[in-house]
Amino acid sequence: MFRNQYDTDVTTWSPAGRLHQVEYAMEAVKQGSAAIGLRSKTYVVLATVNKASSELSAHQKKLFKIDNHIGIAMAGLTADGRVLSRYMRSECINHHFVFESPLPVGRLVVQVADKAQVCTQRSWKRPYGVGLLVAGLDEAGPHLYYNCPSGNYAEYHAFAIGSRSQAAKTYLERKFETFMECTKEELIRHALFAVKESLQEEELSSGNCGVAVVGIDEPFIVLDPKTLQAYIEALDSGKDEMQTMEETGTDDRQSSQVPQEGTGSRGISVGASEDTPTDMET
Amino acid sequence: MSMMFAPRLTEAAAPTTHAAPTWSPYDNNGGTCVAIAGEDYCVIAADTRMSTGFSILTRNYSKIHQITDKSVLASSGFQADIRALQKNLDARHQIYQHQHSKQMSCPAMAQLLSNTLYYKRFFPYYAFNVLGGLDSEGKGCVYTYDAVGSYERSGYSSQGTGMQLIMPVLDNQLKSASPLVLPLRQSTTPLSEVEAVDLVKDTFASAAERDIYTGDGVEIVIVNRDGIRHELMDLKRD
Repeated sequence: MFRNQYDTDVTTWSPAGRLHQVEYAMEAVKQGSAAIGLRSKTYVVLATVNKASSELSAHQKKLFKIDNHIGIAMAGLTADGRVLSRYMRSECINHHFVFESPLPVGRLVVQVADKAQVCTQRSWKRPYGVGLLVAGLDEAGPHLYYNCPSGNYAEYHAFAIGSRSQAAKTYLERKFETFMECTKEELIRHALFAVKESLQEEELSSGNCGVAVVGIDEPFIVLDPKTLQAYIEALDSGKDEMQTMEETGTDDRQSSQVPQEGTGSRGISVGASEDTPTDMET
Repeated sequence: MSMMFAPRLTEAAAPTTHAAPTWSPYDNNGGTCVAIAGEDYCVIAADTRMSTGFSILTRNYSKIHQITDKSVLASSGFQADIRALQKNLDARHQIYQHQHSKQMSCPAMAQLLSNTLYYKRFFPYYAFNVLGGLDSEGKGCVYTYDAVGSYERSGYSSQGTGMQLIMPVLDNQLKSASPLVLPLRQSTTPLSEVEAVDLVKDTFASAAERDIYTGDGVEIVIVNRDGIRHELMDLKRD
């Protein structure tokens, strides 16, 4: 990404029809540590790579409970993410107060997207520098959405964002067709394998990753380190699966993302299309 | 020029008088609430009759609301205001849980309830509340309120239309020595959980005899270290 004369203001179009500031905001998401989401017929699992800024500090919180039926994972400027999660929590509580029922995930996602869009059309604001993977349940079942700084959103069977997310995405693309019938344990295993891909050389442990689950009849919870460690240790029994993948090799030149809409009505992209000619993801 | 020693009040300057109001924003749906705090338990009870004027609206309405794992609110008065108050507290508790990653303690909830009531000091919640539960040490606690949030922690309390009939009985059975007398004795009752529940049932049965707004049934909630338990007992339906 190089600087040019049309990228100072978010409200300035470039001659190529792009808003560079918005794209730079999306770049911030790509620089953040990875976040992964995947879903089955009954559960949605979120996983994050947790990077501590130094050995002395605790790692950033990237998994947030929004309501009993909704949670998010974020990548990018986690401070922006914290503010958005406060907004999302407030919306859920207000909806519940008025309607005495949980806010449908799709509605919340649109509200967040609209909020993000405002920041792309005001000269005194800047876009949010955080990408949100929103996992939630409503009457229609489990859902996974991605909210982009551009104000775009889409629904996914599985997705990964942040740095080295392409490795995770490759794993997910290979496996996503089996996710629908997975049990909760299998889904968590897949999530951890995907995180492992993003970590590459590093050893997977409860210290450098986080997992959260929401399911039908199961409220959103972030797994505590002990439970998480148990899942990680259980991964080793499926080690041959890992080796098969390493032999096939990960394809870093892949340009397609993984938007898989179950039915045509979901996964509507609003605003700037996801297919804008941004740089290939690393 | 005539001498004026004191300005006379003219019609225009006379203070306006309010006509009798034709409409009140409040109604009293009657009922009685009781709570007793024990060493490691708390009993909260309320009758299940909802009335208006001299009519019964329903014989099976719950005046008890569980807010946290350890706090239970019983309220008599205007049930519409009470429902709004319960929802308000629930929303505030949700926010607290998001911010603190844990539930509110009963004493904290007691303070929150007081502040919430006083917030509407000039258009109050017509709610007579009794908050019961376990404090952070696991001991039973009971907080009793007026409509605008004045509150006090005590060993037992009752509120509502049957309060005047029940309170003297509780005083007789449960009142501990004055806090001015040394050695200091506990504010919680030495009664066992079963004895406290029996006492509550007796007091409601008595109140239902003479208070027309109390009857039909009594819902009893017991909070202890094992969790929360419910009991239901029938009362006279007249």
